[in-house]
Parts: sequence; C-alpha cells; structure tokens
Amino acid sequence: MPATTPQDAIRPRLKVEHLSASFHTDEGVVPAVADVSFGIAPGQTTALVGESGSGKSVTSLALMRLLSRNARARVAGQAWFVDRKGQSLDLLAVPEKTMRGLRGNEIAMIFQEPMTSLNPVFTMGEQIAESVRLHRGATHAAALAQAKRMLELVEIPAAAQRLHEYPHQLSGGMRQRVMIALAMACEPTLLIADEPTTALDVTIQAQILELMRRLQAQTGMSILFITHNLGVVAHHADDVAVMYAGRIVESAPVRELFAQPQHPYTQGLLDCLPARHRDGPNEAGSPRRLRAIRGQVASPLSPPPGCAFAPRCDHASAACTSGMPELLADEAGAGLASRRFTRCVLRQAPLAMEHAPA
Amino acid sequence: MSTPLIEVKHLQRFFGPAARPVRAVDDVSFTIEAGETLGLVGESGSGKSTIGRTLLRLIDATGGEVRYRGEDLGRASASRMRELRSKLQIIFQDPYASLNPKMRVRDILGEVLDIHRLARGPGQREKRITELLELVGLRADQASRYPHEFSGGQRQRIGVARALAVEPEFIVADEPLSALDVSIQAQVVNLLCELRERFKLTMLFISHDLDVVEYLCDRVVVLYLGRVMEVAPTRELFERPMHPYTRALLAASPRPDPTQPTVRIALKGDIPSPVDPPSGCVFRTRCPHAIEACAAQRPPLEAVGAHRYSACIRHDILAVADTANTVNTPEKATLP
Repeated sequence: MPATTPQDAIRPRLKVEHLSASFHTDEGVVPAVADVSFGIAPGQTTALVGESGSGKSVTSLALMRLLSRNARARVAGQAWFVDRKGQSLDLLAVPEKTMRGLRGNEIAMIFQEPMTSLNPVFTMGEQIAESVRLHRGATHAAALAQAKRMLELVEIPAAAQRLHEYPHQLSGGMRQRVMIALAMACEPTLLIADEPTTALDVTIQAQILELMRRLQAQTGMSILFITHNLGVVAHHADDVAVMYAGRIVESAPVRELFAQPQHPYTQGLLDCLPARHRDGPNEAGSPRRLRAIRGQVASPLSPPPGCAFAPRCDHASAACTSGMPELLADEAGAGLASRRFTRCVLRQAPLAMEHAPA
Repeated sequence: MSTPLIEVKHLQRFFGPAARPVRAVDDVSFTIEAGETLGLVGESGSGKSTIGRTLLRLIDATGGEVRYRGEDLGRASASRMRELRSKLQIIFQDPYASLNPKMRVRDILGEVLDIHRLARGPGQREKRITELLELVGLRADQASRYPHEFSGGQRQRIGVARALAVEPEFIVADEPLSALDVSIQAQVVNLLCELRERFKLTMLFISHDLDVVEYLCDRVVVLYLGRVMEVAPTRELFERPMHPYTRALLAASPRPDPTQPTVRIALKGDIPSPVDPPSGCVFRTRCPHAIEACAAQRPPLEAVGAHRYSACIRHDILAVADTANTVNTPEKATLP
C-alpha cells in the first residue's frame, strides 16, 4: 500500500473537466459525450447514472482511452488523475506508454458481462497473473500465488483449484468475482465499474456489491460506478452525476440528489420509479398511474436546439431552446456548493418549481 | 367466485433426458381469478417464463394441468387451442426479437386479425389496425413502418397491440419491461394499467423487478428453482414476507432511497442446478434457517393466514416474520 500524503485527502483522485467524445459516422457527427465534468475523492464512489445512450459507457471508455481506433472518436477535455506517487496526470494527454502502465495497474475496470470480458481460452489463474507479471514484474510462480490470493480475497471457494479452471466453468456471479479479482490484482487506486451487476440476479448482485464495498474499505480505492439502477446508486454511491443525451444534467451528494432533485429530468426519473409511488397520493379511487416522462430521447444526429431535455420537459420555456444551459454550481447550497451542480435555465433564473417530494 | 379463470394444478415441465431431467417447473399450483393480476417473481432459472409459456401451451407440460374456465387445456385439440388463443395472449420480454423484422406493423397486427377472422373486408381490417395503434399510443400513419424503425418502448407497444388485437380475457406478460429504460418502463406500466382497467383484463405478470410487481399486482407467487415458495396478497407479501427466501429476495433488492438502511445480509452461494436440486426443500442450501429436517422431505405449500401460503417447515421462523424483516420495512416494525 502506498503511503497517503496529506494532499490525498483534499485532491480528488480523478477530476474530469469538459470531457467530450464524438464519433464520425456515415450519417454525420454523433456527439456521444459533451462537456462532462465531475470528480471522485479518494476512497469515495461517484455514480454515473443515465439511460441507454446517455453516454455513460463512452465516458468511461474515453477515460481509459479504450475507444476503438476505427471508431474515429474525437476526444477533448482533461482528466486529471493523481497516481500513487501523488503526481497529477492528464489521462487524455499522457503518452500511450504511460497509459499502458496505468491501465490494469492504477486504474482497473470491470464490465457488465463477465463472460465476454474474460478470455475463454485461458485459465483464470493465467489471466489474473498476467497483469501482475506485466505491472509488478513478478515471476510466473509469484504471479500465480498472487492470483490465488486474489481469488481468495473475492471469496471464491476452492481458489487453488479454480485457478486452473476456465471462465465457462463458473456461474455468472462467480465470473464477476473473477473479474473483480483481476481488477484488484495490482491494487488499483481507481476502479471503473461499468454496470457490474446488471447481468446478475438480485441476491447475487447483493453479494457483489457487498464485496466491492469491503474491498473499497480495505484498500481505499475510488470507484466510478456506472449504472442505470437507482436503487443501487442510493445505497452504494457517495456522489451522483445524472447524464442525459451525453451531458451531465445534475450532480450532487447522493442523499441530496434523492431528497431534492433539481433538474426536471432527475425529478422525472425519480418520479417514474414504482418504488417511490408506494405511499403516493393515488391510492384508492383514482386510477393508479406512474408519473412517466413523456416522449423519448432525441436522436443524437438531430439534437433539439438548447437543452436536450426541453422537448420532454414540463417546465420548458422559450429560454430552454435558445442555447445549451451551463452546468452551474448551486448557490443555495452555500458550504456544499462545490458538490452540487445543475444544468437548467430554471436554476439560473430561479422560478417557483413545485415538486412534491416523494 | 366459483371457478377461477385460470387454475394451475401440480404443473410440471421437465426438459431433457428422463433419467436426468432439468426440472424447470416442478409441482406448481396456483389460481388466477377473473380481473386479477397475479405476479410471478423469482430469479433466473426459477421457471417463471416456462410457466407462462406452458399456460398458453406454447410448450406442453410434462405433468399436471392448466384449466381455463374449468377446461383442461392439455386435452384441448389443436383447433380448439387456436380458438382459445383468441382469449389467451402473451406479451414477450424482448420487443426486438418478438416482432418479425420483415413484416410491416400493419401486417404484424393484420395477421392476427386474419387468423382469428376478426375483420370483414380490408376496410374494417385497416380501421381495426388504426384503432389498435392508437390504443397503445402510436399513430395510424406508422402502420406501414417496419419494427426496426421504432424504439424499444414503441416496439413493446406494438407487442401489446398485437396481444390485444383478439380482445383477450387473459394475458401473460413475460418480463415486458426488462428490456426498457426506466422512463420508458413507466410509460408502458401506465399503458398496461390503463388497458387492464378498460378491458377488464386478467394478467399473469412475470418479472424479476419487485418494485414493478408491488405496483402492478394484486397477488404474488414467489418461485425458486421451479417450485412455489410463497403465495400472498401483494401488500402483505411486501410488508410481512414469511418464507425465508422471500425475505432474502426483498432484502437483496435495493430501494431507491438512500435514507433507508442498506441491507448487508446477502444470501450465500449460488442457485443450485435444476438438474440436481437439493433434497427436501430446494432452498435449504442457501437458507439461513435450514435445519436437518429440511433435507428430509419437500415442504408442502400450507395456508399460513388468510390467502397466504408458504412452503417452509420452520413455522417458528414464519411466526416471527414481523420482527425479522425490520431491515426492509422499518416503519412497519412497530405495528402489532
């Protein structure tokens, strides 16, 4: 374990500033991610929430510089990462060689579908040992020993035997444990988890989330948690950034976000959860209905002018279509201001917004 | 009510060789009253979808029976079954896979009308297609489009329109929401609620999303490894789950509320293989309350209260359900 310097406590492990990524397609330029800024403190979890196509995964792949070359992605912005030595590096600007030294070492990643992210023709032991050999220069035997320790760390029964088995011999939950073991092999300081429990059943999801929580407490790593599951976010994130059509529309500490969502999209997203309707007003008599967000996300090829959410928003006015609102710090939050941001004209020219807290 | 609309008795569906079958559904019984929405919940491999399909004889049962208004569907002839399908319909999980990509929406809906001879002449056929599209919130001019021209939510609406085309009495909704985004899910949930009220539909709602089940269903059947663990009215099940598996399932699904305590007790281990299920109670290998007797015999589904049934021999555990589940519903813990 590296010694923690005093700066570590203040400096965010990762600070993303104005990240954007666009793809050139036959039909035109698709701005998948635009002007994304957020931070993750050491030992904390920031969740990136949004629906399909909102840019969550592209954000994480852009940060890891794993967007495939033939996607012809144009990435801009900065992503300041503080490494173990306390050095600040811009992940989007460092040479590829430096990046290779960071990937799987200081920054590790786990994905949604463990079967497609593990190599089916190598034993699990070899796959875990590979990163230890590469980054730590360990011998084959020492690396395998580390791999076994890792399998034990993620509570895989009969680790010594599993070491020599192949991914298809395990269940989905066990495979995700192996993915985590692989990610943890070099004791990363930042773990990017892209929908790590989406493919799993709830009782298995609970096991994996508990495991991640324990490992974070033990190692002090930061986690960027990408998910669409607001239930998981509520219990496993410190900060939340809500994405819509490639942009962050609101970010806040988790409790504040759920208690007082500021952006109409966040409000709508929380309102349409059945779980938040259970003690709602429409009980007996009147027909039960969820408060759904009308319409659907606009095509990224022909975004609406101004705020992307405006066509679906009940509060939209002429001001919403005149230009993209800035992601601005919330003035009302005073001391906490730096952790609360909203991208909405309503916050910039505060109007009375009635919103029944769930 | 004398005869329930749907009656499932000792339903069994095994797959594979008789010597070592996959026991997908093993001795499942329940009833669905007219106008009721029954939820079927469970994790992957619990037999939810197999039951849904067996009810409509999309796959045949290997044992037991399914009765619709008292008529044994297993004995119905092919032509009788085709007739009955105008009363019994299904909405599938994947709106991408359940619509023929080579057919226009007009033909997807029109085919149903043709088969059941529900439209006389092209004029009436077209009128009915327009009606159906508008019913599910789509526009009439979209009838000449192909499925790929629609979003996931819209495709699921087409799936709903297709099921409704025959004016069915009973619909099996097999995870109709799980392929959709949250905001679109809410739209489809509202659509289902609306149509259910308007056409007085009876539904079997299959889902692994407990929040939606709690919202939509009148009663819930909890499945584990092809067997029924617990049956209860929705509200009571969520407030006072009795079977240890139901409790674990509810505890494991995180509620979208950070002020609620995070439940730390997870079930240990994986779901056992349905080829080789544990003896006695299938849940005993993961159950925190398992005792030796649990391995000896299969626990019967017993009445444990008004309209409540549970398959667990640990009656002492069932009895303390009020206090044991405080983690999940703390506000209810003080109730007598």
